[in-house]
Amino acid sequence: MTVVRVSNQVYGWLLFFPAAVMFFLFTHYPILATLKASFFSTPRGARPARFVGLENYRVMFDDPVFWKVLGNNFIFAAGTIPLSIGLALLMAVWVNGKLSGRSIVRTAYFTPTVLPMIAVANIWLFFYTPQIGLLDGLTGLLGFPSRNWLGEPSTVMSCLIVMTIWKEAGFFMIFYLAALQSISPELQDAGRIEGAGRWYFFRRVTWPLLMPTTVFILFNAVINAFKLVDHLFIMTKGGPNNASSLLLYYIYEVAFSFWDTAYASTLTMALLAVLAVLALSQFVYLERRTHYQ
Amino acid sequence: MISAKISHYLESFGAWLLALIWAGPLLYAAWAAFHPPAYIANFDLFAPLTLDNFRTAWNTAPFARYFLNSFAYVSMTLAGQFVLCTLAAFAFARFSFPGRDIAFMLVLVQLMIMPDQLIVKNYELMSRLNLVDTTTAISLPYMASAFGTFLLRQTFKQIPRELEEAARVEGAGWLRVLWKVYVPLGKPTYIAYGLVSVSHHWNNFLWPLVITNSVNTRPLTVGLAIFGAPESGVNFAIITAGTLIAVAPLLIAFLLFQRQFVQSFMRSGIK
Repeated sequence: MTVVRVSNQVYGWLLFFPAAVMFFLFTHYPILATLKASFFSTPRGARPARFVGLENYRVMFDDPVFWKVLGNNFIFAAGTIPLSIGLALLMAVWVNGKLSGRSIVRTAYFTPTVLPMIAVANIWLFFYTPQIGLLDGLTGLLGFPSRNWLGEPSTVMSCLIVMTIWKEAGFFMIFYLAALQSISPELQDAGRIEGAGRWYFFRRVTWPLLMPTTVFILFNAVINAFKLVDHLFIMTKGGPNNASSLLLYYIYEVAFSFWDTAYASTLTMALLAVLAVLALSQFVYLERRTHYQ
Repeated sequence: MISAKISHYLESFGAWLLALIWAGPLLYAAWAAFHPPAYIANFDLFAPLTLDNFRTAWNTAPFARYFLNSFAYVSMTLAGQFVLCTLAAFAFARFSFPGRDIAFMLVLVQLMIMPDQLIVKNYELMSRLNLVDTTTAISLPYMASAFGTFLLRQTFKQIPRELEEAARVEGAGWLRVLWKVYVPLGKPTYIAYGLVSVSHHWNNFLWPLVITNSVNTRPLTVGLAIFGAPESGVNFAIITAGTLIAVAPLLIAFLLFQRQFVQSFMRSGIK
C-alpha cells in the first residue's frame, strides 16, 4: 500500500516536471534574476556588473520619465476601462435580447478582438493622419482647423484610448454575454409579473447578478492596461515627448534602445509590483466574497 | 405598448449604429485596400476597383515567409502547450504529491506575469542558450502555460473517477489512462484552448519583436510593423492591403466559425 502511494507521488512529480522546468526557466527564474539585476549596475564591455544597492531605485524615483509613464499608464487605464466595460455591457444586453440581425451585430462587436493590435494600429494610424485622415476630414467639415492628433501631447493619449476601447469592448462583451445567458429566464418572468420596469429590473436584479463578472473583467482590464503596448510601436513610439509612453514600452526602450539592462530590470520590478498589488487585491476581494456566501 | 415599441426600435437603432461604428474601421480598410491610392481620402462609391495594392504589398514585404514563420511559431507553441499542460494538469488533478499546492500556486503566478513582461531577462537567457532569432526562442517561454494547465486541470477534475478505475482494472498504465480516457473527454477544452492560444500567439508582438532580427524568423505581426512604419515610405493603400493580407487567415477563420470562436472565448474566460 505504501509502496503504491510513494510511486504515485513520484509519478505526479514526473508528470509535472517538464512543465515545472519551463515555468521555472521563463517565469520564476527571470523574476528572481530581474530582482537581482536591479541591485547591480549594467555591465558594459569589459566592465562587469557591480553591486550598487538601491542606487537604481534612487535613479528611478528621481527619473521624471518614469513618473510620467506611470502616470500615463494610470490615465490609460482610467480612460479605457470604464468606457469599454460600459460599452461591453450595453453590447451584451443588446445581442442577448430580441434584436433583428443579432448575429451580424455580435460579429461586428467582436471582430476587433481577433485582429492583432499591430494591424489595428496600422488602420487607425490613418484615421489620425493630419489633413488626409478621417478624423481631420470630419472636424474639417465642422470648420475646425487641421490637427496633428498623434503629434500633440494634448490629444495623443485620447486617440490611443478611443482606439483601445474599440479593440477591447467586444472582448469584455463575451464575458457579460456568458453571464447574462446563465441568468434564468424565470427571474425575468417573475419580474414582469411583479410589474417591474426593464430599467428597474436591470438595476435591482441583473446588475447585482453580473457583479462577479464585472469584478473579473475589471481586474483583467486593469492588468491588461499595464501589458498593452503594441500600438505604440506603430503609432507614436511613446511620443511626443513621452506623452503617450507606457511603463512596459519604457522598459523596452531602456533595455533594447539604450541597452541599460540594470535600469530596465529596476523598472520591471516596478511593473511587477503594480501587477502584484492588483493581483493580490483581486485575491483578497475574492476571498472576502467567498466568506459571504 | 406603443412606447415599448418605440423603445425597441430605438434600441435596435442604437445597437446597429454601434455595430456600424465597430465594423467601420475594418470595412474602411477593406475599401481603401481595393481602390487606387488617389481615392483614400475622398470616398467615392464608383471609384474603380483594383488589386494593385495587394500585388504591391505582397511584393514589398516577404509575406509568404512571414506566414510560414507565424505558422511555425504558433503550431510549435500549441503542440508544446498541449503536451506540457496536459501532463501537468493530469498531475494536479489526479495525483497528490508533496508540495503540490505550493507548486500550483507557483504556476498561477504566470497568469499575472507573462514572459512578455520579463523581456529583459528572457532575452538574456535566450542569448545564453544561443537561441536568439530562432522559432524555438519565440515559442519556448509560452509552452508551459498557467492558463492551459488551469483550464485542463478543471476539466480533468470533472471527469468521474469510475471511468479511470475501469481502465486501471484492465491493467492500463497512467499514461494510457490519460491518453485513452482523459484526453478524449477533454476534447472541447482542447478546442477552446487551442483557438484562444492560436489567436493570441498569431497576434503576439512584443516578445517576437525582441527575440527575432531576421526575415527567416520574424512572424507576421513583426513583419507588418516594419512594413507599416512611416519611415518605410509605403503609402496607406498599400499598408491596408498588407494589413488585410496579414489578418486574413484569422479573420476568415473567425467569420466562418464565429459561433464556436465566441463560445470558446466564453468558456476560456472562466478562470
